[in-house]
Amino acid sequence: MKELIERLRNKFPVKDEVFQKDALSFITTEKSQAIELVTHLRDYEGYTHLVLLTAVDWIEDGIFQLTYLLNNPAEKKDLGVLVMLDREDPVMTSSHHLWAAMATYQRELFEMFGISFPGSPRLEEPFILEGWHGIPPYRRDFDTKKYSQETYFQRPGRETHDPAEHMKKKMYPEGS
Amino acid sequence: MFKFEEDRSKYPEKNPDGTNIMDLESGKYTKIWQGPIHPGMTGNMSLELIIQGDEVMDCKTHVGYLHRGFEKLMERRKFIQCFPICVRIAVPEPDFNEYCFAATIEELAGIQVPDAAEWMRTLLLEMSRLQSYLAWIGGQSSSFGMGLISQWTTWARDLVLDRFEEISGGRVYHMHMLPGGVRSLLPYGFEARMKDTLEKISQVMADVEKVMFNNSVFKTRAVGLGYIDPLWVEEYGITGPNARGAGIAKDVRKDYPYLKYADLDFEAAVGTDSDVFTRADVRRRDILTTIDLIGQIVEKVPKSGEFMAEVPNVLHWKIPKGQTYIRSECTRGEYGYYTVTDGSGYPRRINVRGPSYTHAIALMERMAINLNIADTAGVMSSLHTYPPEVER
Repeated sequence: MKELIERLRNKFPVKDEVFQKDALSFITTEKSQAIELVTHLRDYEGYTHLVLLTAVDWIEDGIFQLTYLLNNPAEKKDLGVLVMLDREDPVMTSSHHLWAAMATYQRELFEMFGISFPGSPRLEEPFILEGWHGIPPYRRDFDTKKYSQETYFQRPGRETHDPAEHMKKKMYPEGS
Repeated sequence: MFKFEEDRSKYPEKNPDGTNIMDLESGKYTKIWQGPIHPGMTGNMSLELIIQGDEVMDCKTHVGYLHRGFEKLMERRKFIQCFPICVRIAVPEPDFNEYCFAATIEELAGIQVPDAAEWMRTLLLEMSRLQSYLAWIGGQSSSFGMGLISQWTTWARDLVLDRFEEISGGRVYHMHMLPGGVRSLLPYGFEARMKDTLEKISQVMADVEKVMFNNSVFKTRAVGLGYIDPLWVEEYGITGPNARGAGIAKDVRKDYPYLKYADLDFEAAVGTDSDVFTRADVRRRDILTTIDLIGQIVEKVPKSGEFMAEVPNVLHWKIPKGQTYIRSECTRGEYGYYTVTDGSGYPRRINVRGPSYTHAIALMERMAINLNIADTAGVMSSLHTYPPEVER
């Protein structure tokens, strides 16, 4: 993995490499060159299998971390390409032309995190949520408990009894 | 010179960007919804089909009928509290979720799992694979009008669930794997009962082979149907039996041996024709492999010894900052957990990579074009998709 990262470093801005285990590493790159890097990995380094694309919300730092997890089936290695996006302006270059499944991931990220990928097919069509208003629900500042309390009818909880008292009443209804 | 021009009148005209022009007002096309409640659907999802006559012209997959926000809910729970949620992400085979999630936590927290626990986990994963495949046979045969087979395999699957109940106390959700190991080793006399179960299932599989795979109705309809081009495997991220049916031997158990698979003797089934029949046959041979594997594992599971590593108090457990990805081979392909921790007592982000994410959406939308409407259910079943792992 070290040689690969050195090769990449000659062409792209690569930093913060983490060697998680033998066959899994993470690198961080710049937003402007990330898709070029991913394309390079796919076309020249054998990272042809897209494992997943997801986002992590680091709200305290004001960034969204995008993770492109790629797999090299020949060498049996994984590489995670991390891209940090500004939380105030979450826009990323679309890469739907690289893998057919990518458009679905991007649709989900747009809906769940509000990260936009201009040009991605059917991006603004509802994917999982229908008729959703308000902040995208997978962001850290979306409060699930508050949402459910405001949205759904609150049922009173189950009545509980003091077990000793309950059994006493049940066994000795006369109160003897 | 004569030039053959195919009559294109039944096909839609194209926009400059390559998309079809399908004007429903013209009366030429009909839009129908297959699902979310439909006997031919695998779970709660729907296909929005535009058809002309009985031929599908366009397909869009719709999910979201089952969304409960599992990934978000897990961010608000302690690591141990995530287990009742994560097993529900893939209902018919929860054990892969348990394993992947437990393994990511163990890796990030630096816990070494005892040998006996690894054997138990391998056994549970293979039993889970067996019962999930048995449920799948019912769906695949029913989608081609053979309802009887699903009754046989439901009975056979119940036998595996009985064995699960013996081990863990639960039939569908087991939660037998916890970070650090498993909750127990095998109960007394389990080996004999498992052997008896495997024999019964082998008999059912022999019957299924005769009645389903040698059935002229199934052969006529399934051979040549739902072709997956081997070139699509990388493009669409296809894994598991769908890729192996196309002749590409992708199996996480072989390629990235985890748990005790390196110590077991097996070959993953591979087909060549890449149609519905081949994929069904790959899965049938996979079942036989799994039956053999369970037999091997039961002989090797230690009867006694340590099965749980020492872990901190799980209610006050803080895991150092980090991220990792763990994959396993489930019945449908590569199943993985990408877990990010931030040093607190809660996971920062958990992302589940379910194989249906690409099989049910990008691939199904591609494969449905030009299918006969009666075959969409069969093709859908042959991709073996589960909606919950799409919407998580």
